[in-house]
Amino acid sequence: MKNIKIKINNKEIVCSSEQTIMQVAKKNNIDIPGLCNHSDFSVKANCRVCVVEIIGRRNLATSCSTKVEDGMEIKTDTERVNKARNLNIELIFAEHIEKCPNCIWRVNCQLLDLAKKYKIKINRFKDRKSKRKIYKFANAIEIDGSQCIDCRNCLDACSFMQNINYLQLVGKGTTQEVVPVGKDGCIYCGQCAVHCPVGAAQEQTHWEMVEKALKDKGKIVVAQFVPQISASIGEEFGLSYDKNSTSQIVSGFRQLGFNYVFDVNLGADMTIKTEAEDLLKRLIKKEKKLSMFSSCCPAWVKYVEFYRSEFISNLTKARSPHINNGGFIKTYLAEQLKIDTKKIIVVSIMPCTAKKFEITRQELKINNNFPVDYVLTTRELAWLFKKNNIEFGKLKNSLVDSLRNNDNITNVCSVNGGVMGAVLCKMQDLLCDEKKIINVLDFKDVNGLVGVKEAKIKIADKILRVAIINGIGNIKQILDKVEDYDYIEVMACPDGCVGGGGQPIPTTFEIRQKRLISLFGHVVK
Amino acid sequence: MDILSKIKQADLVGRGGACFSVAKKWEAVKNVISDKKYIICNASEGEPGIVKDGFIIEKYPERLIDGIKIAIDFLSLDSSKIKAYLYINNKYYKKYYKKLSQSIGNLPIEIFVKQSGAGYIGGEESSLLNAIEHKRIEPRLRPPFPTTSGLWGCPTLINNVETFYNVSLVNSGEYRNSRFYTIGGDCFNNGVYYLSDNFTIQEILEKTNNIPDFPFFVQVGGNASGEILNSSQLKESVGGAGSITIFSLEKYQNKKFIENLLEFFVNESCGKCTPCREGSFRLNEIIKSEKVDWQLFFDLIENLSETSFCGLGSALAAPIKSFIKNVYPQINEKY
Repeated sequence: MKNIKIKINNKEIVCSSEQTIMQVAKKNNIDIPGLCNHSDFSVKANCRVCVVEIIGRRNLATSCSTKVEDGMEIKTDTERVNKARNLNIELIFAEHIEKCPNCIWRVNCQLLDLAKKYKIKINRFKDRKSKRKIYKFANAIEIDGSQCIDCRNCLDACSFMQNINYLQLVGKGTTQEVVPVGKDGCIYCGQCAVHCPVGAAQEQTHWEMVEKALKDKGKIVVAQFVPQISASIGEEFGLSYDKNSTSQIVSGFRQLGFNYVFDVNLGADMTIKTEAEDLLKRLIKKEKKLSMFSSCCPAWVKYVEFYRSEFISNLTKARSPHINNGGFIKTYLAEQLKIDTKKIIVVSIMPCTAKKFEITRQELKINNNFPVDYVLTTRELAWLFKKNNIEFGKLKNSLVDSLRNNDNITNVCSVNGGVMGAVLCKMQDLLCDEKKIINVLDFKDVNGLVGVKEAKIKIADKILRVAIINGIGNIKQILDKVEDYDYIEVMACPDGCVGGGGQPIPTTFEIRQKRLISLFGHVVK
Repeated sequence: MDILSKIKQADLVGRGGACFSVAKKWEAVKNVISDKKYIICNASEGEPGIVKDGFIIEKYPERLIDGIKIAIDFLSLDSSKIKAYLYINNKYYKKYYKKLSQSIGNLPIEIFVKQSGAGYIGGEESSLLNAIEHKRIEPRLRPPFPTTSGLWGCPTLINNVETFYNVSLVNSGEYRNSRFYTIGGDCFNNGVYYLSDNFTIQEILEKTNNIPDFPFFVQVGGNASGEILNSSQLKESVGGAGSITIFSLEKYQNKKFIENLLEFFVNESCGKCTPCREGSFRLNEIIKSEKVDWQLFFDLIENLSETSFCGLGSALAAPIKSFIKNVYPQINEKY
C-alpha cells in the first residue's frame, strides 16, 4: 500500500491507494451520500446516489466502488453531480411508500434525511409499490415490500453475514422483490432490519401496546433492561459512549410512566445457576448429551429447532435472564406487593428482535401467564423517548428498583466470557470448596472463522473445551465438529448482542467495537 | 508468426459490439498467472435485429471451433488448466447442436445453453459469467475485469462468435478485413452479408440492393441499442455488432417507436441499479402520459447514460436521443 495524492473539491489529500473515494472523503469530513453501501458488506453500487465527477473521465463514477488513484481530481458538488444524485434519490424516494407518522425509522431515516437535505421533489412520480405485500415472520420481523428501495442490504445480511438464506430476490426490473423462502425459516435475528436504510425490513413494533398499557391506570407496567442497550442508546441522541447512561435510561423509563424499573441481574443469576447445574449433570453425571449449547439467544434456539433439530437436546434448558426476571416479577414480587398478576405488564427492553418471538413461547408460561408481555428494541425505546420529548443526555440519574433485599449476594464474578464465563465460575463454585475466581478465559480465535473463539479451562480435575460464537454465519463449521467441545455459547448476531438486530442504525463493525468498549471498558478479545 | 502477432497485424477488434482490441484482451488473459483459465465464446446473440452469429454457426461451425481451439492453445498447452464454454441461446442450440458437437469432437469445449429468461442482459459479458455460475443474472462490478477475475474468479477470455471466426481466418491467412452485416426491416433483400468493414451504410445498402424507394430511416448496430440515422446520414460506417435495419418513415415516424424501445428496456432491465430499473420504468410512464414532461424525460435519459451500472442502461440513450434528433425533431411540439 502506498500513499498517493488526490484532490477532492480542490482540496489536496494524501491517502493510501487501497481506499475508495467514499472512504477517503469520509475520513476527510467530505460528505458523499449513499444508500446501499454498508461497511459490513461488499460494495454493491446499486443505488447510484454516491456519484462523483472524476476529471478526465467520460461518465460519473460511484464513489463507493471507485478506488482512488494518484493525481485523481474529484468533484462532489458540481451541477452535473447534483443533478444525477438528486434524480436518483427522487427515483428511490418514489419507490418507497412513506408511512412516516408511525415509522420508528422516521427519527433516523437515511432516505428522508437525504430528501430534506437536497430538497428533492417528491411528487413527480406516482407510488409504484402500493400493492406490495408485507411479510411477517412470527411476531418479530416484517418485510414491507412497499417501503423497499431495492438496496439489497437485507439479502446481504441474511445470506452473506448470517448464512441463513431465508430472504431471496425474485423477479427482475421493477418486478424484483425481496421475499421469504417458504413459510418458516427466519431466525428473527433482525440483521436485515438493522441494515435496512428505510425500515422496509424492521421489527414488528410493540411500542404502541406499551404506550397503551402505560396510559392504563389499572396496569402496573414494569420495565426491565439489559446492559447492551445502555451501551448504544446514546448513539440515537448523538451522545458519546458513556458508561453511566444506565441511570439515565432508568430515569427515562420513569418519565415515560413505568411503575417499576429493574435490571435483569437477578434473572441472569438464575440462568447462570441453572445452566451451571445443567452442565455439571452432563459433564459428571453424564445424564444428558454433550456438548451443551447455551440457549439465551432466541435466534440461535430457533436456528437449532428449525435447521438442526438433531441438536435440540444439546440446548440447555436454562431460561434466558429476562424470562427468569419476568417470572420472578410476576410471582414473587406480585405476591410481596399484593398485586394481581394479571395487572402486571412486564416490558423487556432489548437490543434484540428475536426476544419478541421468545416471549410468546408457550413452554415458558408460569401459572398460565407469560413471564414477559412485550419486548421493545433499543430503537423503539429511542423512538418513545423522542416521541415524548424526553431529552436523553439531559436526564437526571436514577437507580433501578431492587428486586432483592441484599443485592450483592450472587453477582458471580466479572468475566469476559459473558454468560459462559459466569456459568464456568458457578461451576467452579459448585465443584470446589475454595473460592477461586476465574477472571479471564484465555480464548483464541478459531482459524479463519470470524467471531469464533475457543478455550480450554480446568475446573476441579476436569478440562473443559469451550467455544464462543458471536455471529451465526460460521456456525456450520462448529456444528460439524461439535464433539470437540463440551460447552458452546452462541449469539446469533455479529459481535454478540451489541450488534443485535434491535440496535440503533447504523450498526457497523466499528460501532460494535465502540459499544463493546463502552460495555466492558476494553475490547473483548 | 505467432497468433498474437497475426491478430495484432490484422488489427482485429471484438465483434460483439464493443469493438475492443482482441490482441489486448488475449494478452491480458495470457499474462495472468493462474492454475485455471477459461474461454467463453459468446453466442447468446440477444440484440434484436442481429442474426449474424447464428449465420456463422450454421455455415462455418468448424471455423468457429477452430478459433476457440487456437485460443485454447494460445493460453495453455496443458489441457487440464483450461476449459472453454460455448455460451449459446436456446434457439441456436436446438438448431445447430449436432453440427457444433461434431466440430467440437474431443476438445475441452462445453456447450452451455443460456437459461430461458436470461434475456438481453444475459449476453452482457459479466452477466453471462453469473449465468454459467448459476447466480442471479446481472452485471458484476468492474474492476476486476473478466480478463483477470472472471468465471469462478479465474482469468477468462470472452469473445463473440464472429471474433473467433476471424481468429481462425487470421491464423490461416485468409482474413480480408470484412465483417458480417445483418440487414433487415422494411427491405427486399434482408439477410446476412459478408462485406468490407470500411464500407459506409450507403455503400452496403447499394451493394445489397437494399436502397428503399420510399422515405426511410435506419437503425445501425442493433434494434435495441443501435443509433438511429436519417436517409441523409448514411456516409458513416457501421458500428456495434454490425446491423442495418430499415424503417419506413411513414410507418415509424411516431411516438410509438419510442414507446416500443422503452418497453424493451423496461422488460430487460435486470433491476440492479436505480437509474435503469426506475428510470426506464418512469420514462415509459412519461411517454405514455397525455402531456409528456419532456424536460423530465430528457433528464432521465441523461441520468441513465451518466449513472447506470452497466452498458444496458446507458444503451437506452443512444437510440431514443438519435431518433428524436435525426428522425422526429418535431415530437416536442406535437405532444
